[in-house]
Amino acid sequence: MTALLEIDNMTVEFGREDAPFRAVDGVSLSLEQGEVVGIVGESGSGKSVSSLALMGLIDYPGRVKARRMGFAGRDLLAMSPKERRKILGKDIAMIFQDPMTSLNPCYTVGFQIMETLKVHQGGSRAERKRRALELLTQVGIPDPQSRLSTYPHQLSGGMSQRVMIAIAIACNPRLLIADEPTTALDVTIQAQIMGLLRELQRSRGMALLLITHDLAVVAENCRRVVVMYAGQVVETGPVEQVFHTPRHPYTQALLNALPERSADKARLNAIGGVVPGQYDRPSGCLLNPRCPYRAERCAREAPMLRAVDHGRQVRCHTPLNDEGKPTHG
Amino acid sequence: MAEQQNVMEARELSRYYQVSRGLFKPRATVRALDGVSFILAPRCTLAVVGESGCGKSTLARQLTLIEEPTAGALILGGQDVATADAATRKRARRQVQMVFQNPYASLNPRKKIGTILQEPLVINTDFDARAREAAVREMMAKVGLRPEFYQRYPHMFSGGQRQRIAIARALMLKPQVVVADEPVSALDVSIQAQVLNLMMDLQDELGMAYVFISHDLAVVRHIADEVLVMYLGRAVEHGAKRAIFEHPLHPYTRALLASAPRLEAGGRAAAPPLKGELPSPLNPPSGCAFHTRCPYATAECAQLRPALRPVAERLVACHHAERVAAAG
Repeated sequence: MTALLEIDNMTVEFGREDAPFRAVDGVSLSLEQGEVVGIVGESGSGKSVSSLALMGLIDYPGRVKARRMGFAGRDLLAMSPKERRKILGKDIAMIFQDPMTSLNPCYTVGFQIMETLKVHQGGSRAERKRRALELLTQVGIPDPQSRLSTYPHQLSGGMSQRVMIAIAIACNPRLLIADEPTTALDVTIQAQIMGLLRELQRSRGMALLLITHDLAVVAENCRRVVVMYAGQVVETGPVEQVFHTPRHPYTQALLNALPERSADKARLNAIGGVVPGQYDRPSGCLLNPRCPYRAERCAREAPMLRAVDHGRQVRCHTPLNDEGKPTHG
Repeated sequence: MAEQQNVMEARELSRYYQVSRGLFKPRATVRALDGVSFILAPRCTLAVVGESGCGKSTLARQLTLIEEPTAGALILGGQDVATADAATRKRARRQVQMVFQNPYASLNPRKKIGTILQEPLVINTDFDARAREAAVREMMAKVGLRPEFYQRYPHMFSGGQRQRIAIARALMLKPQVVVADEPVSALDVSIQAQVLNLMMDLQDELGMAYVFISHDLAVVRHIADEVLVMYLGRAVEHGAKRAIFEHPLHPYTRALLASAPRLEAGGRAAAPPLKGELPSPLNPPSGCAFHTRCPYATAECAQLRPALRPVAERLVACHHAERVAAAG
């Protein structure tokens, strides 16, 4: 079986041609039909830019390159923009981080849902309206009939995100990309929205790409996780294994920085420094200035992503063992 | 004696806002904060948790004397400042300083870091320029900002560094209480850990108390001594952190804890997450404000508002706390 989504060595560059800034650097990712994969990383790690590139939303002067970007057996890069737009919003849909700013404040909720249907499926006005009602009911909005004619400012954050989800699933997408879908919401609403996404994903056999900085959300919802740092994938594998025995020092540091992992009121195991930006990318391994296990080789030579264990990959010269200590050899 | 030991005490603190509902309609009253009380000891961290709209930030504005409460008393250094005259309130403000949520918005982009940090001293003390600069440089060293940053502007710093600057500014007047409104929620995990470490170190060194407002329960569980859970402007549960996190007795506290995602697989409690959203504060439900979303609600809850009462080492505002406790 071929994967639903296959990205091979995707790079997104900004800035000058001769001295480009690589926001995304050689990311490869594949998703099966109905699979839930999480991408985690801090701000500046390139997780959102990756998803925008996938949706074709990187404008000039940004440049997207890839060896292959396949969706359901078709090559997204070889398509004309017009053909590609037929897939985007229909077979691949996306939910953005901030629901309050993602909806157009000038149009009613009903209009915005019906607009998607009109572009991709056509049908009469009455049919579209019936379908919009059905969608609002599916995403658990009380009193959907009257909500059709409300404007986004009349909705709470949780309700706006439900409307965004309704728009995203309107054309039965096969892949849903959710970029920080719950970051702007309260915990109780976050639990509701994640529950809704999982239920829709299961009942429709939809693949879900969940982009977040919240490790706990990934732990609860995903099977596989991709950890990104400064535009590169540093570790990938099944969620339980990656979170239980991280192989990359960065994954370990992220997990250790969580308050849950420290004793009451003890100092947290913070990792010093920040994610490198455009002007301070180090040579060699991008983590090396912050890495506790840094060796002389790390500053000289950039590590490649390589397979370790079963179904796991790590980008490190000295991947960590089960005890969390670096291996040499 | 006990009076002397507390750095801050809030008694039935309330703040109502008048909101316009339209040109010809009468104004409505929102009870954003409705009778919240607590006592804060030195070196103690009180965490205030709750969903957006529960009155956390309104509480912060009363505690920092940015607004005058509608009713209730705020006792600072043995004196009620809630209803005091302007001069007293101005003096009291030195004792309570604030760190805001968004470090990108809380620092003036046109001022250098040195000027930003000097401002509290200019307003509140009669230090001369040299003394102010010395105090600023000393504080910068304390919070881990390099001396050359003195001449730089806020846009040259990352979120974590800006939050360090904001914390330094709050500490310039050596306050007894620092009110931090979601100080780490805009920061990444690894930076969040750095800032929390800094806050804990500074508390050890300088001995001030924190009122720590947050919706992140993992952070609260780590840093707090006491927890105050709020719902629609009222305290629903208040007590030592251990009691509240290990045996929550209010159904809302339970729901909050159950809604938080957990890192360990299968760690989520069996209790179903809450249905529905926070009701409008303009038109709060009768009786117990939580009864519309509560799995334990009975007819009594819709009619009678439960008072905060002591149950098993904490205060809880629920008619059915014993039943909730028995449910395990």
